[in-house]
Amino acid sequence: MNTLLDRLATDFGIYDISDRKPAITTLKVEKQQAERLIRELRDREGYTHLNFITCIDYIEQGIFTLVYMLHNYGDKSTLGVEVDIDRENAEMTSIHTLWAQAWTYQRELREMFGINFPGSPRQEEDFCLEGWDDIPPMRREFNTKTYSTETFGHREGRVSEDPREHMKAQLYPTRGGDN
Amino acid sequence: MSKDRSSKNTMENSGLSADEQLLFCNARPEPYKPYSIKAVEDFANWARANSLWILAFGTGCCSIELRPLMTARFDISRFGIAGRPTPRQSSVFIIGGYVSVKTLKRIIRSYEQMQGPKFIIALGSCPANGGMYFDSYNTINQFDLYLPVDMYVTGCMPRPEALLAAIMELKEDIKAGNCDGANRYVENLDWYKANQKKVIKNWDMPDYNW
Ligand code: SF4
Repeated sequence: MNTLLDRLATDFGIYDISDRKPAITTLKVEKQQAERLIRELRDREGYTHLNFITCIDYIEQGIFTLVYMLHNYGDKSTLGVEVDIDRENAEMTSIHTLWAQAWTYQRELREMFGINFPGSPRQEEDFCLEGWDDIPPMRREFNTKTYSTETFGHREGRVSEDPREHMKAQLYPTRGGDN
Repeated sequence: MSKDRSSKNTMENSGLSADEQLLFCNARPEPYKPYSIKAVEDFANWARANSLWILAFGTGCCSIELRPLMTARFDISRFGIAGRPTPRQSSVFIIGGYVSVKTLKRIIRSYEQMQGPKFIIALGSCPANGGMYFDSYNTINQFDLYLPVDMYVTGCMPRPEALLAAIMELKEDIKAGNCDGANRYVENLDWYKANQKKVIKNWDMPDYNW
């Protein structure tokens, strides 16, 4: 693993390498290098399986971090390739040519975060949300509670209880104290 | 097709293209009129109460409870109730938990295709008041804004016993002639449709799915 990472550092300029768990390593790479790196990992290094693609919204830094989780069945190791992209006009190279299933993830990312993957099949179609006309709901500036109350209303009489206190009162009224 | 397609008693079907409009019935549904002789209506209600068929349509996690109900442990068939695979054959729609907007569209479609008499049991907290998905961008908070509910079962999730109790109670209600959800729906159709269209923004189906 270490020789591989050293080589990738020279060839692709990966940085921020960290061992999150015994068999999971994450690394960062520049956006321009990402597709080339992932292709290399798939074709030469045995990372033939795409676990998933996901996105983390770092609104404070103004970036999205895309995570490509790749798995190697040979040595059972997992590699997370992280790519920072700009939050405004978010756009990323599509990797549906590497794994056909990637376009489903990319469609979802477009719908939930508003990230564009030019050339990815069926990008414009609705995925989970049908007829959505607000900002993409997984972006952190989207206030889901406000949206929910405005769109779906609030049932009068709905109250929230502290579960611990409520169960104490309901189930063990005689015990009191803190058991 | 020679019939006049626009009159006071038709639906607009504006979500459909002109070609598609010709393919769908645009008549308004009419409320059910009880038999004028009370004894006959009572008999009909007794028969309805004893012939309940559940639509096999699970919406959320609560519908997991339908499986033990159908199988040996709770065995709902001892009450003469069974599942049916299509809306046309069923009379009870159990809303099994949270309802996302996408599912709501399919629920409306299925419910309208059910032939009367038809009843809705809303299972769990989610259809009643949003449950633990009360702040979700994608799940509705009050199911009875969109379709009429005849019986609520609270819990998250309710045990099969609770659902059994609800069905027993539904039977009593039907016998007493109190379950008029389907009629409420038809009589207040415009109100229900307005609510439905407020959340279902890509309305590309007939206004009433016969
Ligand atoms: S009431 Fe609870 S179990 Fe039922 S759908 Fe909602 S969250 Fe799931």
